[in-house]
Formats: sequence, structure tokens, C-alpha cells
Amino acid sequence: MKSISRVTRKFLYALLFLVPIPAFTEPSDYNMPIGVTEVSKEIFDLHMLIMWICVWIGVVVFGVMFFSLIKYRKSTGAKAAKFDDHFWLEIFWTVAATVILVGMAIPSTTVMIKAYDDSEGDINIMITGYQWKWQYKYIEDDISFFSNLATSQEQIDNAFPKGEFYLTEVDEPMVIPINKRIRFLITGNDVIHSWWVPDFAVKQDAVPGFINTAWTKVPKPGIYRGACTELCGLKHAFMPIVVRAVEQEEYDAWVVEKIALAEAEKLLTEKIWTKAELIERGQGVYLKNCVACHQASGQGLPPVFPSLDGSEIVTGNKNRNIEILMEGVQGAAMQSFANQLSEVDIASVITYTRESWGNASTGDGEIVVPKDIVDYKNNVNL
Amino acid sequence: MSTIVETHDDHGHHGPAKGLTRWLFTTNHKDIGTLYLWFSFLMLFIGGSMAMVIRAELFEPGLQIVQPEFFNQMTTNHGLIMVFGVIMPAFVGLANWMVPMQIGAPDMALPRLNNLSFWLLPMAFGILISTLFMDAGGPNFGWTFYAPLSTTYAPDTVTFFIFSVHIMGASSILGSINIITTILNMRAPGMTLMKMPLFVWSWLITAYLLIAVMPVLAGTVTMMLMDIHFGTSFFNAAGGGDPVLFQHIFWFFGHPEVYIMILPAFGIVSHIIETFSRKPIFGYSSMVYAMTSIAILSFVVWAHHMFTVGMPLAGELFFMYSTMLIAIPTGVKVFNWVATMFKGSISFETPMLFAIAFVSLFTIGGFSGLMLAIVPADFQYHDTYFVVAHFHYVLVPGSLFGIIAGVYYWLPKWTGNMYDETLGKLHFWLSFFSVNLTFFPMHFVGLAGMPRRYPDYALQFADFNAIVSVGAFIFGFTQLLLLFIVIKAIRTGKKASDEVWEDTKDWGLEWTLDSPPPYHSFTVQPEVK
Amino acid sequence: MKESKQTIKKLALATVGMFAFAFLLVPIYDVFCEITGLNGKIEGPSTLSSVNTEEVDKREMLIQFVTHNNEAMPWTFTSETSQLRITTGVQQSVMFVFENKTSEDMVGQVIPSVSPGRGAEYFHKTECFCFEQQKLLAGERVELPVVFIVDPNIPLDIGSLSLGYTLFDITDQLSENQIAAL
Repeated sequence: MKSISRVTRKFLYALLFLVPIPAFTEPSDYNMPIGVTEVSKEIFDLHMLIMWICVWIGVVVFGVMFFSLIKYRKSTGAKAAKFDDHFWLEIFWTVAATVILVGMAIPSTTVMIKAYDDSEGDINIMITGYQWKWQYKYIEDDISFFSNLATSQEQIDNAFPKGEFYLTEVDEPMVIPINKRIRFLITGNDVIHSWWVPDFAVKQDAVPGFINTAWTKVPKPGIYRGACTELCGLKHAFMPIVVRAVEQEEYDAWVVEKIALAEAEKLLTEKIWTKAELIERGQGVYLKNCVACHQASGQGLPPVFPSLDGSEIVTGNKNRNIEILMEGVQGAAMQSFANQLSEVDIASVITYTRESWGNASTGDGEIVVPKDIVDYKNNVNL
Repeated sequence: MSTIVETHDDHGHHGPAKGLTRWLFTTNHKDIGTLYLWFSFLMLFIGGSMAMVIRAELFEPGLQIVQPEFFNQMTTNHGLIMVFGVIMPAFVGLANWMVPMQIGAPDMALPRLNNLSFWLLPMAFGILISTLFMDAGGPNFGWTFYAPLSTTYAPDTVTFFIFSVHIMGASSILGSINIITTILNMRAPGMTLMKMPLFVWSWLITAYLLIAVMPVLAGTVTMMLMDIHFGTSFFNAAGGGDPVLFQHIFWFFGHPEVYIMILPAFGIVSHIIETFSRKPIFGYSSMVYAMTSIAILSFVVWAHHMFTVGMPLAGELFFMYSTMLIAIPTGVKVFNWVATMFKGSISFETPMLFAIAFVSLFTIGGFSGLMLAIVPADFQYHDTYFVVAHFHYVLVPGSLFGIIAGVYYWLPKWTGNMYDETLGKLHFWLSFFSVNLTFFPMHFVGLAGMPRRYPDYALQFADFNAIVSVGAFIFGFTQLLLLFIVIKAIRTGKKASDEVWEDTKDWGLEWTLDSPPPYHSFTVQPEVK
Repeated sequence: MKESKQTIKKLALATVGMFAFAFLLVPIYDVFCEITGLNGKIEGPSTLSSVNTEEVDKREMLIQFVTHNNEAMPWTFTSETSQLRITTGVQQSVMFVFENKTSEDMVGQVIPSVSPGRGAEYFHKTECFCFEQQKLLAGERVELPVVFIVDPNIPLDIGSLSLGYTLFDITDQLSENQIAAL
């Protein structure tokens, strides 16, 4: 079946070379990417085939139409014929259309069946769509991290010039080894998102409460960028996907490094932090996670995004401050960060906000240390 | 079976009531048609302004003009207003004006219901548009309002949105009941179903589709209401429900809806091509069967809007095949229009220009639709600008050009004055040029990877987005020219004869009436041979 | 006059009939889904007796367990193992740990999802906490098993089966009495 459709496709392609069309068979910025996987290449070929069939049908139909519009003009003396039907002609073109469609359906079915492969993956990664970032959990190696947009708010607000990878860069890309079958388990945390990497031709919706699977096998090392493709709220355009495909050795080293980092994070929670250290770390966390809404000045964009500078919560008793970061605010855009930031990061960002702008002088001077967050989680009364 | 309509000479000759109350209380199909058409024209400018906001923001990468929260409200309301406030009411307006005249009836079967059907619309859109001025902001979850973004995560104004949708649905259902009753009961003697004008056929079929699917939409938004306010879990996995269920139910409405938005245009274009090719439409019965098959098939293709949702292989293949099948009757219609032009005697008045543009550009939209039907390829097209390009091609140079063509074609009949042909042609060429400038590059930007509903985008999409925005602004301003042309034709212009165009008495009963027609159209029932 | 009375009677009957049909749809759907076996992605506990384990060749396959807390649900919810290589036709058991680390009593509910969806009908659970309302007092910790057998008839082209469990916080959706009754 597959070989027949390949032959058919090649035959049609051969026909098409009667017309010079070099521009569209090469990789182009304006066409679908050919991609790097077997599936993506077959999908590209299918796309081109269907497109060219449509072009040829269009040429024929529009050809007859424009011919008629020119030749049968009343102004040049054309007299209208009287016929208004032709049984066999209609049968012919109906059958012809059907045959062409069946011809399209066969290779389409073949590629579909290939894409719907349920065999075991060498590596399994659980992808969870959050508002508005992706979480990647490697099941075998037990690594888990979030992948946030790395483009600075200043670039988005046109205060700085835009970098080359504007809106397509993240802080922590997904890393995968080449030539291994990667199986993705995709779900959503809140609303429906969709995970799409054009170079892999993988797109699956991330539905909360449900698991969807997808797979890919990347033969070529490189950096592959994708996007969220299901409207998910405010920052739908601001949660890109970056996958780094690397040689096996590099991947193994990355895994080791990630596990070590996780261990180190655990130790960090136990260490004693000075106020200056917390503020420094907190500023980094703030710039990555908070600045889009609360702004670098801490002024926010009231009423949707409250000002932190001079805020009663930020300058008052720290318990409510901690509660908001841990639980989010019901009915507002402020989400809970309990699962997304480490205890160290939450403590340091709260301390940063309590000690920045005007808050250092107007606040009650209380800072928050990682142990406070651990206690909150374990529910010791603060 | 048609009922004999009694004449009522005892009233004498009377015209419409005077003053504002004429429009509030009218039960006259022409007046109501006029109300629908003006309403839809107003909505075109409102929805169009939202498009201008969108395109202004998308002119360059970065956030310059609006923030994402407002941008999402603009995309959502642009879609809702164009679909429910422009295209649908405009076709209903044309139906109201033309169907009774084309079948030789004095008015619609249920004139008071007709009045209610119209006046429900300003209510509905008043509610919808007012949400944009509320604190919580208007609906911001896309015109397709998927759950749970539109339930658990929606702004409080979502309840107004739901209420507004219910009212719009009621208007469509009541209008459709009226149309079916009129067409089935009030045709002039001798006008069998297979002698009906194609515009009447298109509306008979469209009305059945509306009655079938508007209740489904009502069900969808009611389930949303239950989930939001009454603790149910239709679309919430936590309670055993499924967000994907929303999509199935919505698109079961949504797909027939898009055929509702194109079938009347098919009817209009058939009339115009026939008239200006001076040749009867090729394959009348096939045209009827094609529209009927399109309508029936439209019920079994809905999940082609959901190919990435996680459906099993068998389901995806089924929907691929059924969607590809619809290309056949649609293709037959295109071939028949071309065959009508072939060996005709063609002139290029403005309605014909719009009709020809319809045939070519709608076909392009049809081709991108066929590409979208191919499931594995759709993995790369879904939720990108390729889809946006497709549906704008079928809706703007498709439905909207069909409506505009109908307006130019019948305006002299309605007003008694010829519109300004030079201005009309100018309007056409500016629209044709700018519509392509706006929507053709979207195919490429989508293929290159730009997703839908994005207020900001990566740098590689910048050039084409700028072109699109320029095209959109030209297109938007060009429609002001249409407004001028219509107002001018109402007030002044060369007097139009009954036939308006050439030898149209053979093409339809509406051309046997005066231009403008008498207030009650046919007071004496015509005979159809 | 008589004619319109007849019409009204018929219309009233039709309306009543439509409402009746709508209510009957609930049992009709139950029967329909049972006969066709639809509703595959989510499966509740099923009986072992429907599995015929002797005649079909058993094989090894990989079962994965992934857990997710929806929307920052504050409990700890983990499985003892994230994947297991099992033999089909043989009963297996995997433990899941639930811990309510907050200072409030809460109720959670786990919604299962199987991928690929067509594998769901071959995954027979005899004991599962799916869809059950789990009440945990402040600080309480429980371990609950999922006991299952994978039907040896499962198609060969399903290489691995992934079971996703999403934990939702439903405390706010229940009344005080309902919570007390758990």
C-alpha cells in the first residue's frame, strides 16, 4: 500500500516538473517546514502533493472561466447559447472529482497510520501545560522542571531592541537524545493548551484531567522551536517551546547535571540565608516570574495587576504575603506558585518585594526565609 | 401545496406608517429586510473596527497599542459580531426582501413573528457589546469559547455572553420557522419546488439547518451556564466530565453554521451569473442536489475542527473522509457556475464583478479547506494563520462578497434608482485588491508557524504581518465607499425600470414588479408556467 | 375552532413526548455505551471474570503511572513507581500515597485517563481510588492501591500503556454535611 502511494506521489511530482516551480520544493521561510523527522518529511510531501493538485484543478477551472469571460463578452458581440445542462459532462466531472479525492485519501491514510504509533518509547516525558509555561517531567530519570519564556518584558514593551529569538526562547529547554524514540504524555494543569513543534510535526492538545500521547524520533542534533497552539488566556503567545536534541553522551551528562541540581536545591533550603543573599536571588526570580504583571517598578497595572510598592500585604504581616504566593488569589490572574517555584525562590522573591522600592522604609521589616515556606507547607503555625 | 392568497382591495392603496414607529412595529417583509440589512451594515463597521484594532497591534512585533487582555476581547468579539451580527442577519435581510417576491407572495407567512425575530438582535448585541465596557471586560475566550477557559476561567461577564447567545439563537430559529412556512405554503400556483429560484432553495435548506443546530448551540451555552453557576461538571474533568465534550457539542453546531453562512451566497451568485451571462444557470437540478448534499454532509464532519484533541485513529480517518466528500458537491457548483458563463454573453456590471470574484476566491478558500481536511497535514495547520486564511477567504470574498453582490443586484429594485456604476466598480476593485492583500499572505505566515490568537509574534513573521495589516486597513476604509454608494442610491440616481437589468423578467418574479415594488409586493397572485 | 384544538392537543403531546425522550436518554445512553463499549478513555473498576486469561499468550509490556495535581492542589500525590514492566493476564498492584499537608480537612478526587484511549478497554481495574471522594483530615496520610490486570488480548501494536491520574480539589464543591459523611 505504502509503496503504491509513494509511486503515485512520485509520478505526480514528475508531471509537475513540467512547470518550473523550484521555489516551493526547497525549504522556505514561507512554506511549511520540512522538519527533521521521518513523519515531518512525509507530512511535508503530503502537503505539497495536495497543494499542487489543488493548484492544477484551479488552473483548469479558472482557465475555462477566464477564457469564457474574455471570449464570450457581450461587448464583442457574443451571443448566448441556450444549453443549460449536459448529463454526461456532469457525470464526468463528478466522477473525476471523486477519483482525485480518493487519490488524495490514500497517501493521507498511510501517513496517518504511521503517525499513530503506540509502541514503547525509549524515553518518556510528561508535558504539562500551565498558564503560562510548560512543565517537563522525565519519567525514567525522575527529573522535573518548568520552561518559561526567556524574552525580557522590556523587549515586549518595545523599550529594548528585540533579540533574534524574540518570543521563541526559554530558560530551560527540553533536552532529548537523537535517534531515540521519545514518547510524550501531554496534559493540562488548568485550561486547554497545545504543544506544537513544527520541525517534529507533533501537535497535541493538553487537556486538563486527560492524557494525550505523541511521539517523535529526531535524527539530527539541533534546537527546535515551537509554540502553544490553543488559546489559553492572557499569555497564550508567551509560552514558547524549545527542544534541544543532542548526542547521547551529552544527554546523559545533562541528566546527571539536572539530578545534581535538584539535590543542591534541596540543600539550599536548609542553609542559613542572609537578607542580602535573599534579595539578590529574589530579584532574579522576580524578573523571571513577576515582572510581566507587577512590572519592574513594582507598580503593576491596577486594577488588574495590583501595585506591590506600598501594598498593605507586602508591607504588613508576612503570613498573608506567603499565603498569596502559595495559594494564588481566587478569581484573579495571580496563580499559586507553590508547585512552580522552590521554597528558596518563593522566600527570596517575597523578601525582595518586601525590601524593594519604597517598601523597605514603610514596611515592618520582616523578611521571609526558606524555612518559613517549608513550615507553611508542613503547616506549622507561623 | 400553496394556499390562495386573498387580495384586500378594501384597504385601498396605502403605504407604510409614518415616523419612527413604522420601524418598531412594522410587519412588512421589505421593511424588516431593510432593518436587518442596516443592522448588519452597522455591525460590519463595529466588528470591522475590532479587526482594525487587531491588525494595528499586529502590524509590528511587540505590544504597542493594546495589552493581551484587551486583544483577546477584540479577537473574540470580532468573531462573534461578524458571524452572528453581520453575515447571518445580512442573509436573513436578503431573504426577507427577496423570498416573498421571488415566490409571488405578498409577504412572509408570519409577519409579526418576523418583526420579533429582527428586534431580538439589537437586544442581543446590546448585551454583548455592553460587556466590553464592564469592569471585568468582555468575553475573551475566542468566538469558539472552549471550556474550561470559558467556564472556570472566564470573566464574570460570561453570563451576559451566554444570555446574548440565547437571544441570537431564538432570533434565528423564529426567522427560520417563518422562512420555511413561507416557502412551503405561499408559492404562486405553478411554482413547484423544482421551479423555485435557487436563492429560495438556498434559504429553504439554510432554514432547516438553522432549526437543527441553533438549539445545539443553546444547549452548549446552557451546559456552560450550569457548570459556571450550578455546580455541574459537563466540561470539568474533576467531576467526571470532559473539556473535549464541549468541543464536540460546539462543533456539531459550528460546522453546519458555516454552511448556513455560505449557502444563501450560493443562491445569490447563481442568479447574478445567470442574469449577466444571459444564459440559464447550468444544471439547475444538480445545483439543488448539491446544496442538499452539502447540508446533509455538514452534520457528519464536525470533528475536523478537533484533529489534535486526542481522538482515536478510526475517528480521525472517518472525519477526514467525510470532510473530503463535501468537496464533491461544492466542486460541482463551481463547475456549473463556470459552465453558465461558458458560451454566454457576458457583461461586467458591479454585481457580476463581485460574483466572479466570489467564484474564484471562494474556490481558493475551498482548496485550503481541502488541505485542512488532510489529517496529518492538519497537525501542522491547526490553530495557525493557515486556518485564519482559509475561513476568511470563504467568509469575506465568499459570504460577504455574495451579500454585497446581492445588494448591488437588487438595490435598484428596492430603491427605484440605479446605484452609481463607476463608484460601484471602484468599490469592487479596491475591495478585491485589498481582500487578497490582507488574507493571502496569511496562508504563508501560518505555514511558517505563526499560531492564531497571538497578540505578538516572533520576528520572522513581521514582514507579512505588516502587509496583511495594510491590506486590512484599505479593505476597512473601502467599505465606507459602499455606505456612500448605498445612501446615494436611496436618495438619487438614474431611474430603474422593472427589469433593472436585461430581460430579467424570464429570470425571476421579482423583476415583474415595479422598482421600487408596491408595499405589499404581490397583491394579485401571479401564475407560473 | 375544533381544528385548532386538535392541533394544540397534538403539539402538547409532542412537547411532553420530547421531554420524556430527553429524560429517557440517560438510561438509553447507559445501554448504548454498554453495548458498543464506548467511553473507553476513562474506565472505572471492572470485574475480573470478563477476562479470559488462559487461552491467549501472555506478553510483557510497560505500564506507566503519572500523577498530576490539578491547579496547585496542595496534597502530595505520588505513585510508588512511575513505571512497571508487567506480564499481561497477571494481577498487579501499585501503591499511591496521598498526604494532606495543610491545616484544613480537605476532599480530593482522582480522575484517571488512559493513553492510548483504545487500550482502556483492556485495562481491568479491580481496586482503584478513581472517581472516589477522598477525605483527608489535616496532616493525614494514606496509601491506596490500584489493583489491575491487563487483558492478554491487548493488541500487539500497543507497546506501552500510560495511566494518568489527576488529583482535583473538590472541597469547595461539597456541602459541610457531605464532607462530614465521608
